[in-house]
Amino acid sequence: MTAPKTLYDKIWDAHVVDEADDGTCLLYIDRHLVHEVTSPQAFEGLRMAKRAVRAPEKTIAVPDHNVPTTLGRENPDQMPEDSRIQVAALDKNAKDFGIHYYPVSDVRQGIVHIVGPEQGWTLPGMTVVCGDSHTATHGAFGSLAHGIGTSEVEHVLATQTLIQKKSKNMKVEITGKLKPGVTAKDITLAVIGATGTAGGTGYVIEYCGEAIRDLSMEGRMTVCNMAIEGGARAGLIAPDEKTFEYVKGRPHAPKGAAYEAALSYWKTLFTDEGAHFDKVVTLKGEEIEPVVTWGTSPEDVLPISANVPAASDFTGGKVGAAQRSLDYMGLTPGMKLTDVKIDAVFIGSCTNGRIEDLRAAAAVLKDRKIAEGVRCMVVPGSGLVRAQAEEEGLADIFIAAGAEWRMAGCSMCLAMNPDQLAPGERCASTSNRNFEGRQGFKGRTHLMSPAMAAAAAVTGHLTDVREMMGEMA
Amino acid sequence: MEKFTKLTGIAAPMPLVNIDTDMIIPKQFLKTIKRSGLGVNLFDEMRYDREGNEVPDFVLNQPAYREAEIIVAGENFGCGSSREHAPWALKDFGIKCVISASFADIFYNNCFKNGILPVVLPAEAVTYLMDDATKGANARLTVDLDKQVVTASDGTEFSFEVDPFKKHCLMNGLDDIGLSLEKVSAIDAYESRAKTQFPWL
Ligand code: SF4
Repeated sequence: MTAPKTLYDKIWDAHVVDEADDGTCLLYIDRHLVHEVTSPQAFEGLRMAKRAVRAPEKTIAVPDHNVPTTLGRENPDQMPEDSRIQVAALDKNAKDFGIHYYPVSDVRQGIVHIVGPEQGWTLPGMTVVCGDSHTATHGAFGSLAHGIGTSEVEHVLATQTLIQKKSKNMKVEITGKLKPGVTAKDITLAVIGATGTAGGTGYVIEYCGEAIRDLSMEGRMTVCNMAIEGGARAGLIAPDEKTFEYVKGRPHAPKGAAYEAALSYWKTLFTDEGAHFDKVVTLKGEEIEPVVTWGTSPEDVLPISANVPAASDFTGGKVGAAQRSLDYMGLTPGMKLTDVKIDAVFIGSCTNGRIEDLRAAAAVLKDRKIAEGVRCMVVPGSGLVRAQAEEEGLADIFIAAGAEWRMAGCSMCLAMNPDQLAPGERCASTSNRNFEGRQGFKGRTHLMSPAMAAAAAVTGHLTDVREMMGEMA
Repeated sequence: MEKFTKLTGIAAPMPLVNIDTDMIIPKQFLKTIKRSGLGVNLFDEMRYDREGNEVPDFVLNQPAYREAEIIVAGENFGCGSSREHAPWALKDFGIKCVISASFADIFYNNCFKNGILPVVLPAEAVTYLMDDATKGANARLTVDLDKQVVTASDGTEFSFEVDPFKKHCLMNGLDDIGLSLEKVSAIDAYESRAKTQFPWL
């Protein structure tokens, strides 16, 4: 009998092309996603070395980080010069190297991590890479998915493999049920709050437990998306009926007999009884509260009912970092988080830009108005999410509440395009990083779930969404 | 790729923990389609004020550290985005080695692809070297990759671990792609195996 394996072990073993004596492996890559910011130098490298893309049919490109999210953006005049050059470079590279491409004008364009699953490019058991750290999102399907640097992008383009050493196995179990008003975003932030941003370094995390099983595929993607904020190489969740149901019928998912064959393989993708984990973290689902971040690291997480901490509440190197965060964020220790006033709200990103996220935000904003002086941007994760939200009437709710209803892209998640905070502005954001300057120079970011962000939009300050839920239909 | 064997140079102290890649190179500089020229914008938001003037307090603006080739940093250096612009910017500035108690995974790998050596040492050793680095240009550190030893200005030695394959590539300036393409028959064999095993892919 073979030794029991984790899900990660199984996917890894199925993709080893070559293993050196020291354990360095050449790992086969099933899907390679490409965007405009981290790829130009890789294609340039291929051209210089006169190399081709080994498997163009497994390579998918979409511009997302840099593109404007305003209507009428196909007009190149809307783009600043340097963005236009970068998007034009991707247009050309996709064409020259013959890879699948969704240009800005295509309704299927969107954030690469939303487009992949939506189009059925992401399937259970695969290895998926992209020159973007939030590639971990695809782990929600039980695929081994992680971010790579540009040199590695070039390596994958040229060889369809990656040089890798195996990470350790970590299990994050969320037991029990979530309370009303608590979402996948709260789970993933709570985990980072518990483990720290380096807690997962050197590991691949498998999320499991009843609360994870109960999540929709959208919610699972939100959880895996932020595995990287916990330092992990990747996060994954074993596929189940929900996964198979989500995948079935997608444009690039297998069909007919091929689907049946795939399905019987996918059903073997789970961690065997007794398999070894190097680290185990368990949280109780019913103890997780709606959370927000107060500082400039995703580990600076607190329940919304808490007060702003003082630097002296911490130890070691974190004391200085906490003081710096408090100064940067302009917060006074001891103040209630719910007293923190905001200037802007951002609903979108690969963490929370899917249809379910927009539904959650719309449920709060329905028949309500965004607070005076607060700017609220809603940016769907893809053109198809946008279309669906319009069909379901969500767009009307956002517009009636006074929000901006924009085109798909990364937008203010990283503020590479004009969607930015002004210095000192404070934002309730559904994105994944609250680093200094992430959403604009000297901008201040509080991370939270879409429902919590929508609640903050209505009141103008950080708010416990549960207080508004009684009044919700 | 440039080789890294042994380096004696000035080390700049950056005790802050969780220095992320947005700090190392803010996103407005990611719109380039080239690898070079990012050094002037290394640590841009800490290094310059809004008018583009140097912030005198920032370590790399101080006369003693303008020629720094090593950074001694707080733990979890390089966390955040996978942007390889971070090591490109470090390299372009002239940084060839970063010493910390821990690094974020993707950044750590990216360093090796760009001729930068990331050195992981225990927290006490990093504190020792940090103190050394604060002495300025007179306290040069030596990093010897072959022997896997960092030597402080007073001669105290700290040995470090490094993956043998990564070390080999860095010491010889080897290009990963070329090495992997030597295994093309193994890749071919895998692909034909996968065709029968996972025909839906
Ligand atoms: S939405 Fe944000 S985190 Fe996601 S890929 Fe875009 S920039 Fe990165």
